Amino acid sequence: MQELINEMNLNFLSKSSNESFARSAISAFVLQLDPTIDELADIKTAVSEAVTNCIVHGYKTNLGKIYISSKIYSNGKITIQIKDKGCGIENIEQAMEPLFTTGGSERSGLGFAVMQSFMDNIKVTSKINKGTTVTLQKFIIRRNLKNDKK
Amino acid sequence: MGVTISQDNNISRALINGDVDHHTAYELRETIDNYIKLYTPEVLKLDFSEVQFMDSSGIGLIMGRFKLIKSLGGDLKVINVPKNLDRMIRLSGLSQLGIFESEDKASCKN
Ligand SMILES: Nc1ncnc2c1ncn2[C@@H]1O[C@H](COP(=O)(O)OP(=O)(O)O)[C@@H](O)[C@H]1O
Ligand SMILES: [Mg+2]
Repeated sequence: MQELINEMNLNFLSKSSNESFARSAISAFVLQLDPTIDELADIKTAVSEAVTNCIVHGYKTNLGKIYISSKIYSNGKITIQIKDKGCGIENIEQAMEPLFTTGGSERSGLGFAVMQSFMDNIKVTSKINKGTTVTLQKFIIRRNLKNDKK
Repeated sequence: MGVTISQDNNISRALINGDVDHHTAYELRETIDNYIKLYTPEVLKLDFSEVQFMDSSGIGLIMGRFKLIKSLGGDLKVINVPKNLDRMIRLSGLSQLGIFESEDKASCKN
């Protein structure tokens, strides 16, 4: 059974100073699920990767808006959608390969690999000149569930 | 937040402080690269003991400094990486470069 417990929506400008803002905001929202420090770090890292991609790649030549939408469910599931209306990805499969980057020598090409490894599920949709949406999913182990039932 | 670089004999140490992401990496890179180009240290140690958060931008930061210093005949080491960054490091495959050291104790705080 999964019942929606809470939902939040956020949008902000694609300025690199908002990378830390996005991490803080998602942490604050997820905290109500009582995650472990490791679970929280995983989510912060994955969101940081997705938001950075919007800034560095999606809006490479301009400023635009980044949209984050997150839902948490009674079974401990959390979904986080990170969306831009930027340039889009031509070949998603290739983009998701570890080490692939169009970002030059300072990018490692590991962003998608990190999202994949730190979260339980990732879905990417994209359209050229329309934008990109990354949907991340993770199950937080609900340690207080036993107590809830009693 | 930022980086403090100190030198002891032929070993330089860059103590990085705070979160390492794409935003902070920009300034860290500028400061460290200026230092490398100015002093061409034999060994530069990037000290991560004060880094609480790092995403894959940090991997790019390490790789970029590694390449620059190698091209000038020097050597890069990465020291005191906190446990919570282990998974990121492992995923990056950077361990193959043999740049990680753990024995150092941060000693430049006062
Ligand atoms: N939001 C996005 N908009 C456009 N292109 C993107 C986006 N996210 C990722 N990409 C493409 O996918 C590639 C791989 O992304 P990633 O794995 O995060 O590595 P990196 O950011 O280091 O390049 C990027 O270099 C870019 O070409
Ligand atoms: Mg990336």
